Amino acid sequence: MNWTRKDLLGLEELSREEIELVLATAESFKEVSTREIKKVPALRGKTVVNLFYEPSTRTRVSFEVAAKRLSADVITILTETSSVRKGETLIDTGRNIEALKVDIIVVRNNYSGAAAMLARHVKASVVNAGDGWHEHPTQALLDIFTLKEKLGKITGLNVSIVGDIAHSRVARSNIWGLAKLGAKVTVCAPAILIPPGIEKMGVKVTHDIDAALREADAVNVLRMQFERDEESVFPQQLEYFKKFGITEERLERAKKNIIVMHPGPINRGIEMSSGVADGANSVILEQVTNGIAVRMAVLFLVAQANEQIKNENTD
Amino acid sequence: MNRSKTKILIKNGRVVDPANQVDAVMDILLEGSRISRVANGINDRADTVIDAAGRLVMPGIVDMHVHLREPGREDKETIASGTRAAAKGGVTSVLAMPNTSPAIDCAGSVALLKGIIHKTAAVNVFIAGAITSGRQGKALTDIVKLKKEGIVAISDDGASVDSDELMLRALKEAKKAGVLVICHCEDKKLSAHGAVNLGIVSTRMGLRGISKESEYKRVQRDVDLAKKSGSCVHIAHISCSESVEIIASAKKKRIKVTAETAPHYFSLAEEAVSGFDTNLKMNPPLRGDADVAAVRQGLADGTIDVIASDHAPHTENEKEIEFERAEFGVTGLETELAVCITELIRSGVLDWSGLVKKLALNPAGILGIDKGTLRAGADADLIVVNPDQEWVVQKERLVSKSKNSAFLGKRLNGVVEYTICGGKIVYQL
Repeated sequence: MNWTRKDLLGLEELSREEIELVLATAESFKEVSTREIKKVPALRGKTVVNLFYEPSTRTRVSFEVAAKRLSADVITILTETSSVRKGETLIDTGRNIEALKVDIIVVRNNYSGAAAMLARHVKASVVNAGDGWHEHPTQALLDIFTLKEKLGKITGLNVSIVGDIAHSRVARSNIWGLAKLGAKVTVCAPAILIPPGIEKMGVKVTHDIDAALREADAVNVLRMQFERDEESVFPQQLEYFKKFGITEERLERAKKNIIVMHPGPINRGIEMSSGVADGANSVILEQVTNGIAVRMAVLFLVAQANEQIKNENTD
Repeated sequence: MNRSKTKILIKNGRVVDPANQVDAVMDILLEGSRISRVANGINDRADTVIDAAGRLVMPGIVDMHVHLREPGREDKETIASGTRAAAKGGVTSVLAMPNTSPAIDCAGSVALLKGIIHKTAAVNVFIAGAITSGRQGKALTDIVKLKKEGIVAISDDGASVDSDELMLRALKEAKKAGVLVICHCEDKKLSAHGAVNLGIVSTRMGLRGISKESEYKRVQRDVDLAKKSGSCVHIAHISCSESVEIIASAKKKRIKVTAETAPHYFSLAEEAVSGFDTNLKMNPPLRGDADVAAVRQGLADGTIDVIASDHAPHTENEKEIEFERAEFGVTGLETELAVCITELIRSGVLDWSGLVKKLALNPAGILGIDKGTLRAGADADLIVVNPDQEWVVQKERLVSKSKNSAFLGKRLNGVVEYTICGGKIVYQL
């Protein structure tokens, strides 16, 4: 199995084998971060640009660390400090960045489909670091990596995703990835936060948190993005916690070794209690650590594939 | 007979003219701007003789839903470029929608538009005026005055008149003035900010959805208002099964309603848009497979009277951007006939007479214009079509100023070889 894509835009279009290849590559990179000198020369001489149109600390820093551990040069562009504020289009911005002979553009954008659009217009590799409500493939890959590390496999697992499914790119990418690897996925949220037709993505839907937890081997708890609730569709924060919050009491009725994940940053006391966030079942910080290995793998694979594509074109 | 009139003789074509129950190989002689004779074995001397053996000869298309963008957005399209695209597509009459800048909402702007048409149009351009001033949905235009200036229909297309009371008054005024009311059926409270059909595709793409309710609830309202007022309403761009059902049931009750759909609604389903191609973004959006089937069935059983392009040109700057920010709409003048042939004739949804009704005879009748027929004495608006020739829709070969076709790269059947408008050859392959 070879990775042949110049970009990573989403998990929807990936095959099971491709996802497994990223996970295996990440596994081999994980060790690098435990060395005294945390660096390999895999991307030496390559330039990675982080192009972030939305505030993000976690994902941006994770990509920066990943690129640096591969010995790439990294530049981060935030919209506040770029000519994007002057009305430049995403395509023009992308082409200008490419004119600097950049190899990989990591893009975070509030419009669904933005990463794919950029990828069509530049020869550099594009890695989607989250586009609108559409996909956040590296987050799902690191979630799956962590799960596999903890439970040894993905096939046959019951995984519940709880929270604002409708507006979540993390949920969508997780659903595609988990389903392709043979997990049984349940999504759980108030009805207003379940998007129409989602069953057709191969998931079960429930509005009962206890039902979602009962059989679950793992629960992925999404951040309730109250700050983005433009349409005022969210339930009251306390009300949400009462009905859907993950608490120690609820976990007691779940499987003993249930894995609790969260993409961060956590709203303590809204999605989950502090006790759960810091408790024995939580792998939240391990997710952060694994994020580095997974993003190293993705940067490495797309760079290698793009090199191959360029060589073929010059032959 | 005036010997100075130019004569065109079209020989041996299969003449499809449902207005006169004709579907047979015949000759047609054109003299000046009119059809002189339709018969077998015409051997008159003519200035131009077209051998149409193996070709179809039919009335030019009457496309009652076209955005020509002039005045105001000449970067997208002009009367000149749009009517040349029309000629290439076999369209000899268009109804120009009034959502220009300024909107066609007063006698002055109609006069301005007529001046541009007179100077630059390659085919017949009929004018739709706005229902409300500035298409703002607040104050009715002076429909009688607009009619006097020459409009044949009114529409706020691109927007729906939200107020029931105002819409009812518009229908009553239009009835008095003798103009058709064309309804863009969309409740923006229900469709607001949506980009694609609400359902699995909007869910997968992570986009806000446009519900079918936003369309069919407004169709139902306008049908109800047609009943109440006794006026005719014409429902534009039907896209979903519920709308088709509402119209079918209204027709059974003898409510004076007619309906139109566009080629993309019977040939493409929502799945096509999942790659974020903004050339597949239009309003109403592409719907589900069952809706596509319902629209095709509605065409076959007569519920849907008209096929019109909803030609909506946009510049690349307005389309080559993030999906949610991109403009709604696709061009269609140059592809509509071929899409109809490929999707409806070849699969047996319509026969040739049926297709000519949808594309020419019915819209002419609904608009009350004397077009869509090949009887002797009628305007010489007709086309010669090679129905089998395959072609690929290529950006570079489109005549329209804008290239936002939903069918780029698609293989279609059916090529227009001649378009004759008012007795003049306005397009020749």
